[in-house]
Order: sequence, then C-alpha cells, then structure tokens
Amino acid sequence: MKFTIRVNGVEHTREVEPRLLLSDFLRHEIGLTGTHVGCEHGVCGACTILWDGAPVRSCLAFAVQAEGHEIRTVEGLAPGPGQLNPLQQAFRDAHGLQCGYCTPGILMTMTAFLEENPKPDEAQVREALSGNLCRCTGYQHIVDAVLLASQA
Amino acid sequence: MKPAPFAWHAPEDLAAALALKAQHGGEAQFLAGGQSLVPAMNFRVAQPAVLVDLNRVAALDSLAFDAEGTLRVGAMCRYRRIERDAEVARRLPLLVEALAEVAHPQIRNRGTLAGNLCHADPASEMPAVMLALEARFRLCRHDGERVLPARDFFLGPLATALAEEEMLAEIQIPALPPGTGTGFLEVARRRGDYAMMGVAAVLRRGPEGRCVAARLALCSAGPTPMLAERAAASLVGTRLTAEDFAAAAALAVAEIDPMGSVQASPAYQRHLAGVLVPRALALAAERAA
Amino acid sequence: MNSFGRPLTRNEDPRLLRGEALFVDDVELPGLLHVAFFRSPHAHAHLLSLDVSAARARAGVVAVITAADLGDYWQPGPLLVPPPPVPGMIFNQRCQVPLVRDTARHVGEPVAMVVAESRYIAEDAVAEILAEWETLPAVGDLEAALAPGAALVHADLGTNVAAEVHQARGDYAAAARAAHLVLKRRFTYDRGASIPMETRGVVAQWDPRADRLTVWDTTQAPVVIRNGLAGMLGLSERQVRVVAPNIGGGFGPKMMMFYPEEVLIPWAAMRLCRPVKWIEDRLEHFFATTHERSQIHDAEIALDAQGKILGVRDVFLHDTGAYDPYGLTVPLNSQCTLLGCYVVPAYDSRFTAVFTNRTLVTPYRGAGRQHGVFVMERLLDLAARELGLDRAEIRRRNFIPTDAFPFDQGVIYQDFSRLSYDSGNYEPILDKALAAIGYADFVQRVQPEARAAGRSLGLGLVCYVEGTGIGPYEGAKVQVQSSGKISLATGIGSQGQGHATAFAQVVAEQLGVDLRDVEVTTGDTDQFYWGVGTFASRGAVVAGSAAHEAAKVVRQKVLRTAAAHFECAEEDLVLADGKVHVAGVPDHAITLGRLAGLANPMRGAVTPGTEPGLEATSYFGPASGATASGVHAMIVEFDAGTLRPTILDYVVVHDCGTVINPLILAGQIHGGVAQGIGNAFFEQLAWDENGQLLNASLADYLIPTALDVPRMRLDHTVTPSPLNPLGVKGAGEAGAIPVGALFAQAIEDALDLPARGIEILEMPLGPSRLWEITQRG
Repeated sequence: MKFTIRVNGVEHTREVEPRLLLSDFLRHEIGLTGTHVGCEHGVCGACTILWDGAPVRSCLAFAVQAEGHEIRTVEGLAPGPGQLNPLQQAFRDAHGLQCGYCTPGILMTMTAFLEENPKPDEAQVREALSGNLCRCTGYQHIVDAVLLASQA
Repeated sequence: MKPAPFAWHAPEDLAAALALKAQHGGEAQFLAGGQSLVPAMNFRVAQPAVLVDLNRVAALDSLAFDAEGTLRVGAMCRYRRIERDAEVARRLPLLVEALAEVAHPQIRNRGTLAGNLCHADPASEMPAVMLALEARFRLCRHDGERVLPARDFFLGPLATALAEEEMLAEIQIPALPPGTGTGFLEVARRRGDYAMMGVAAVLRRGPEGRCVAARLALCSAGPTPMLAERAAASLVGTRLTAEDFAAAAALAVAEIDPMGSVQASPAYQRHLAGVLVPRALALAAERAA
Repeated sequence: MNSFGRPLTRNEDPRLLRGEALFVDDVELPGLLHVAFFRSPHAHAHLLSLDVSAARARAGVVAVITAADLGDYWQPGPLLVPPPPVPGMIFNQRCQVPLVRDTARHVGEPVAMVVAESRYIAEDAVAEILAEWETLPAVGDLEAALAPGAALVHADLGTNVAAEVHQARGDYAAAARAAHLVLKRRFTYDRGASIPMETRGVVAQWDPRADRLTVWDTTQAPVVIRNGLAGMLGLSERQVRVVAPNIGGGFGPKMMMFYPEEVLIPWAAMRLCRPVKWIEDRLEHFFATTHERSQIHDAEIALDAQGKILGVRDVFLHDTGAYDPYGLTVPLNSQCTLLGCYVVPAYDSRFTAVFTNRTLVTPYRGAGRQHGVFVMERLLDLAARELGLDRAEIRRRNFIPTDAFPFDQGVIYQDFSRLSYDSGNYEPILDKALAAIGYADFVQRVQPEARAAGRSLGLGLVCYVEGTGIGPYEGAKVQVQSSGKISLATGIGSQGQGHATAFAQVVAEQLGVDLRDVEVTTGDTDQFYWGVGTFASRGAVVAGSAAHEAAKVVRQKVLRTAAAHFECAEEDLVLADGKVHVAGVPDHAITLGRLAGLANPMRGAVTPGTEPGLEATSYFGPASGATASGVHAMIVEFDAGTLRPTILDYVVVHDCGTVINPLILAGQIHGGVAQGIGNAFFEQLAWDENGQLLNASLADYLIPTALDVPRMRLDHTVTPSPLNPLGVKGAGEAGAIPVGALFAQAIEDALDLPARGIEILEMPLGPSRLWEITQRG
C-alpha cells in the first residue's frame, strides 16, 4: 500500500507491504541506515527513534503506522553536514562509544531524556539508559558523556 | 525475524473496529501499542491474518476520572500518559509505582495498559495491580458490551475471558477510600524485566489504626495474577505489626502457585514472596497512616 | 603534537555518531537478494526427507538450496586451528558442514537456504519447507557423554572425545605427599554467549565483467576469509575482496570460520549472478553463532604450612559443542592461565574435550582464561581459610618474583610456543588495589560494622594474568598522500577497539603529524593483502608494532627526501606539524605532501635501488605473547532476603605495559568488566534434556544494563614488554577474565557462607541458584 512518512522533516512516499517494520523501512527503503537493528523484539534499543519526540523501538511498529507522525532518526541530530551536535560531541569527548552499533539508539533515547531532564544526576542517567543495551563500553563513558552534555 | 503477511485495517472509530473484528473473528487481532504483539509476530509465534489497528481510533485514547472518582482508561491510552498524569499519581499511586517497573520508557511510550492486560502474561505487573485495585473491564463487541471484574478476566497464561468478537475497550479503576495505603515491590533480574516475584498491597486503616480492609495481589506467582485472599483476610482487624505481616506472608506463600522460569525456580519464587509480602505490606501500612 | 600515550578522542567517532558509518547490513546493491535459512529444530536427528517444493514455488523466491544442490562444494569446513604439539595428545577433527545432509548435530544447524527478493519472503518460504526427522538422543551432559553406551554426536568416531591433552611438569604426587595441606574440589563453569549488538552478516557480489568477487563480512579476520573463499570457490586470491567494514562488536565468535553462511552466500552470489545478503537475526544468533565457557574441573592444590603452593593437579572436561574447527584454543588457555601470577612448582593438568549436541564452542573474550583463573583463585581462597591466612597474603606469598622474568611455565600455550611470561611485577598491582579498595579498613571496620547493622557486605580480591599479543604476525602499510595526510592500512579487522585512533597515534608519533591526519583502513583485503586477525588481545601489540615499524621507515624516507631537497644532512632536519624544515630555519619548511610529490618524480633519472613515494610496509611477528596482569577488587552488598547484589565499589589495577591511549584502554577494561559481571551473575544459557535452548532472546538471556554495571575505578602500573618495540601488552580481555572468581569470593564473604560450611564452586550464579546453594547449610 502507498503511504507517506515524514522523517527528519522530509516527506517520503513509498509503496510498501503493511508488515514492513519501521526499522526496515528507515534503513532499506529510504536509506537511513544510521538506525540499527539489534534484536527485533524490543529489548536492545539499537533501533530507537523519536516518534513525535518520544523514543520508541522502530522494530515494534509497522512503517504504515507512522503516517501522520513526525519521525526523527540519528541522521537528524547534527546541525549540518560534517558536524556534531552537543550530545554527539560529548559522546566523542568522553569516549562514549566503541563499536558504535548501539550508539544511534542511545543518542535518540538521551536526546529525549535531556530535553525533559536538562540537569540529571548519574543515577537518573543510568536509569534512563537502562533500556538500551551496549556490549562494548560497560556504560561508564556513556554516562559520562550524557553528564558532560548536560553541563554544556 | 520478520512478521508473516497480514491484512491491515486502521479504522478511525470504535464501531468500525468492532465491526471488523466481528467480520474476521479469530483471524483478526486488535493492534494497540504493539509492544507484546509485534515481538510475537516478529518471532512468528503470532501470525494473525488480519490486524485491526486501533491507533487511529482517537476516542480510545482516553484517561479521566469520572464523577465517582473512578479512573477510566481507554484501550489506546499509553502507559506514558498514565504515568505522567499528576492526578493519577495522587489518587492511585500504586498504579504509577508499578508502572515504573514495566519495561522501559521506550516501550511505555507506545505500549498501552489495555494491550498489556489482554496479553495476560502472569509475570506482568499490571494484571496483579488490577486485581489489587479491584478494576473492572468494559468489554465491547459490535452488538453489545459487558463489564467484568478483573479477577474474572484472567483465565491462565496468555488466556483471558475475552470472546472472539470482544475488545477490552476501557479499564475502570475505582477510587481508593480514605485511609488507604498501597505499595508495590518486585524482584526482577534487571530493571524492566518481568518480575520473578511482584507484590501489590492495598491496606486501609480504620479510625483507631486497625486494618479494616486488605488486598494482596502477586505477579509471577501462578498461571494468572494471584490474589492472596487468606493472607489479606488475616490482616483485617490487626494493628499491622511486623508479626501480622509475617503471618500474612506465610499464608500468601501457601496460597500462590509459582510456575518457575529460566530465571527462578518455583521454590525461589515462593521464598521471594515470603520476603516481599511483608516489605510491601509495611510500605502500604506506612502510607495508610 | 605528541599523541602517543595521551587520552585522545577517536578518529572513527564522527561518522559513527552521525549514523554514517558503514556496517554490513548497510550495504545496498542493485538487484540484491536476501537469504533466510531453514535450520534444524532438533539437537540431534537424522534428516529422513526434505521437501522444498512449496518454498521454491512461492512468488519472489529465486532459489532454495539444499546439501544435495551443493554438489562437490559440500565439504566440511577447514580446521582453523590445528592441535598443539603436545606429546601423546589425541585430537579428533570433526568440522562443521555448510548444510545438513543426513544428520543434524545441534539446534539451529542450517539445513536449507532460501534466496528471495526480500528477507520477508525468504522467511515465508522457510516456513513452507517440510522436513522429516528421526530424532536421536541429545548429548548435553559432559560426564554422561563419556559414559559407556552414550549417544554419539559423531557416530563414525565411536566416542564423544574430541581431544585429550595432558601437560605436566614437576612431580605433583611427590608435592602432594610432602604437603601440609591438600584441598580438592569440583568447579563448574557454564555456557554463555558473546552477544555483540550487531549479529553476523554476509553480503556477496560477483562481478562477471571484472571477474571478481566482493564479500562484506562481519568477520574479525578478513584476510583469512579471503584466502579460504578463494580456495573453495576455485578463484585466485586477487579475485576476491573481503571487506570487514565497521563491525558492531566481535568478542571472539566473529573470529570463528568458516561459518556455513560464509561459505554459502558467496557461492550463491556467483551461481545466481546477483548480489546476495544474509543478516543473522537475533534468534538465529543464539543458535548459529558460537558460544563458550562450559567446563567441569576436578582440581587439587598442595601447599606447605606457610601457604606456599607446592603443586596443582587439575582434570577437566571441556564442552566443544558439535564440531571442533577452532581446535583447542579454549581449553589450552584454561590449562595455561590457571597458573596465574604464581609459582607452581609441580603442575599436572589433563583435559578431555567433549563433543555435545550444542552450538560450537570457540573463543569468547577471555577464551578459557576465566576458567583457569576461577579454579586457581578459588583454590587459594579455600587454602587461605584452612591455613588462617589473609587472602591477599596467600597470593603475595606465591607471586612470581620480579627478578624471575622471563618466567618459563613449562607448558605449551595456544600459540604452540612454550608459555613464558615476558615480564611482570605483581606486588605493586596488589598493593595499589588493596589501597584503592580500602582493604584493611573494610576488613577491620566496615564489614564488622555492617554485619552488626544487619547488612551483608562482602569484598572480593583476585589476581590474574592474561596472555596477549600472540603471533604469528600482522603487517601495516604507511604512505604519505600528496595531500599531506598519512594513510595506514592493516589486514586485521576492527570491532570497536579504536584501531583508527590507536594505530594513528603510533604513526603520528613517528611522522610528526596530527592524529587527525592519519587515515587508518582496517579490514579491507584490497587495501592490505596479508594478515591474520583480531583476537587474543593482539591488535595493538602485533599490528600496532607493525605500524610503528612501517612509520619509522617512512620517517627515514621523509628525512632522506627532505635532505636532498634542502641539500643538508638528515640530522639537521626537524620533522614536525606535517612539515620538515632545517633546524633554526622554521620559515623555510616543506610539507609532507610536497615531499611525497618529490619522491615520485615524473621526469629525470632515478637513483638505482630507490622506490617511488614515501611509503613502507612492515611486518611484526612476536616470538611469543606478552603477558599482562592485574587485580580486581570489589565491594558488594547483598539483599539477604532476595539475594540481589549491589556493587558498591569496583577497582581494577592493571599492567598492560606501555599505554597507547588511556581513554581507549579504560573503555576496554570497562567493557570487559561489564561482560564479566554478565558472565558471573546474569548470563547463562539454559538447555533442556533434548538440547533445546530455553532462553534464546534478549528478554531471557540477560546482558547487563547501565544499572547493573557499577562505576569502576581504574589504576595502572607499567611493566613494558621486551617483546615488541612499543612495550605494549594487550588489554582486550583483562576486564572480563577474573570477574567470576571475584564474585564467588565476594558472595561468600558478604553472606558469611564459610561459617555455614557453604562454598561457591560454580559460575554463573544468578540469585535463584545462589538461594538454592545457601539452603544447603
């Protein structure tokens, strides 16, 4: 079926099967491969995107359901080509990523988190981070990065 | 892990949704938040031929207290809305306290209370909380409706009293009388995981401080959410001391029927119930003061 | 300008943070086909018949491939690691097959491959494949597998023994006779999985016009994959390009080869003349990507009255899974690492590797070292208790003395050389850890006060060594580009270790350029031809040293070219900030880019023996591995009711020789500890008696979250390795190795279990099992 979706402020119209997962649509239909897929059962958080500003798992929604909603992905974070936004910069400064596979999902979760909690403490950051799994970092530098971003 | 094909309908009003369900019967499933159903579809353990997507039925996204103080939660009301509602937090703190243990914000941003209840996982927190709060469920079909107490809704693991054509359209949670205190505690392996044991306690003190009403519901304690009725009854008339809680815990441990899981043996689950029941009761008693 | 040794941010980060970095599943090609596998639902079964006709007939399905369709291409995989040269050893080679032909030996073993226009359609078709099976008893329990009459994983072998290895030195029997104390216990360690956030995946494209095959693979060893694929497919190496782009975590199992899918996807791409993609989903990952850890040790220690070790005897069973292509790396690591930081005059160790009807076992971060450390550290804890010694003191008394290095352990290691510790200095590490965790204060004040208040606080303190940086070799090519930027290519793959930064620091140090001006390519066989792979904490040591050597040669070439340009002596030149100038004349500088142009003249006579450009390729092959070491210390509080732990403090003191980048090193340690915590407390694969995995999802197999991993405090000592020019030792596995032993000790301490006659002799240990154990007392 034909539908239209707005991602990072850009409209895309495609003909898709209703069963196409939003994660697959973003990655393979419109080429936004920054959103990663880690489990396809809603646990790992790698595919987290912002749906009307709120972080959700894109592997647990069908693409057609997103019509009429504002979707934001990691590609929509940086202010311009070749640049990093303050949160992304903080992740670099604090070594908040290793393989970088879980990173886009974490950035999206933390973008929404920091909007609501601009000055979190470590316990709050860890709580907010607990829905995103990272296998490389042991989380410490991610927590540092989020705290660093909140101090900017 | 890609879902099998299905026909997708996204009606915009309740009547149309119910008509579709009546038309397709057991072939069709309602899709609310999708946080239990879509994973099951990705694993292909669920393969509905027809999905009746309720996300565009605006009227179902409702959350309000009525004149009697009963909270009415529509089928499409997402957890996120409930947990952020200051009035809900004030009047039904048990609901908000337990919601914090349900998965993670990313899931709660999309998941719905009604969807969770229809999934009827006995390890899930919300079914037990509904029992503890004596919720009633309004079940709608294209040609009628009925209201069922929560305790009659859960029949077994992933099994409910919903008829093929019915939708859980609204959850009704009655107001807690003055003097009531509540507490929810669970032990899960990690934050957001299903509990290995969870306890929802509701206690009401009379004017002299004695307990005049008690309800105790447990999750991960049997094939359905479990009410520990003898344990609760034992508390009525007591002064809610540590000894009373220990006695109630001993009764509760005997009343439940935990099934065990990869994470916890039934014996450990019973042990946890023995640990958590007094703690949850103490929490509720303190708040009932 | 000096970048070596500084905590610099990473070169690879901006692209990863913007979502621009290429991972295997990001490869999109015109006409791309997608694969899903029909896999065995049984742990052990004869395949009686296979009907793929409905699947073949489904719209959008391009091909369904069974073992029969492969013809001569159907071959058991190669033996990746041959057995070690240990006298008297037995090794029974049984390698995995591309598709089940007659017998399935573990759940998830691939049986048929569906190639379709989309993964969705491919999965629809898989559901239509009909197989008839005759199920056979599943071999799971290691001891039962060796009992007479046991079902056989490989019937033709007549036994489930995959290998037997006995290594000994000194006379253990005599040591035991002379001992003041002999302790014997059984220790078990159960299976876990590495769970990189990115599963495996392969994309292959055959270009008939160029006569070349390109394969994108989530492998840790692209060069070895290229060589193997060329051989299997009848191509020459130059016709095959293997790219391991950004890899979303490896941790060992992506070093395994050849996975059936790696053999099949390129074959299908060539046969169908269309690009083909297979991306493992998380469910497949639990069955199809290798596991590690199950072993049972019967171990014995003999000590004198002062707590000095006289000898250790260990007999253990190692679960190798259904096939053993990775040889004996894991049990050899267990055997060797058990010796730890200690002088063990007599050592007698014998292991039997056992075939089971479970997913294959290959190295996963730590790669058997966990088990050795667990056994030895537990034995020392038990001995200390018996002898009334402090746990720190018994370790200190047995440390290999500083003047004893290099220290020959007299056994054969995983790299087939004699295990010899190149260097080490253990007491300062222990002292730092004791001070950092507040050991004396904890023992004398904190714990007694906590106990009096009804709190269950415990401390763990364990030591370990990590054999790192083994051979055979890696290489690196360094080249000055005409832009003035430096390119560095090496054959190993990168899975998040920060190679694009660490290697750049090594090169920048030599060439006086900014770290950001060194562009590192890893994992593309067209960029660098030779290599072995990223494993055994060897990237920084071996490839880093090769990069260092190559950069040194380029530096000489730069200076030689500049000296000719300035008509001066090389000694008079200053190389800094990407430019060369004569000392004292900084205004007259020439950039490296211009020098690169001068080194590649278009006209004029060339001096015989010179090579164009500012470029060098070097190789480094250490004679043996560099041994890192460390101490972990932890304070944990248990909820005595629920037995849930809360880690209150965690200290790692580590010696990995010279540090290239402390920030990256810290990340490696943190991540290792997190996996260690998972392995100790959260992660355990659960099987039923039919060999079915019961927790094949991330909801049921529990990897730690940000709330489960504490803030860690790190400190270092530096004992440079004499075996490489940088003095570095590997650090990739150090965080993960000792955590099981640490938890065991801390649990006993927190819950005061020894007073109740209870010992912790197994890992992993979740709260349910821990509660069961505590009920025995």
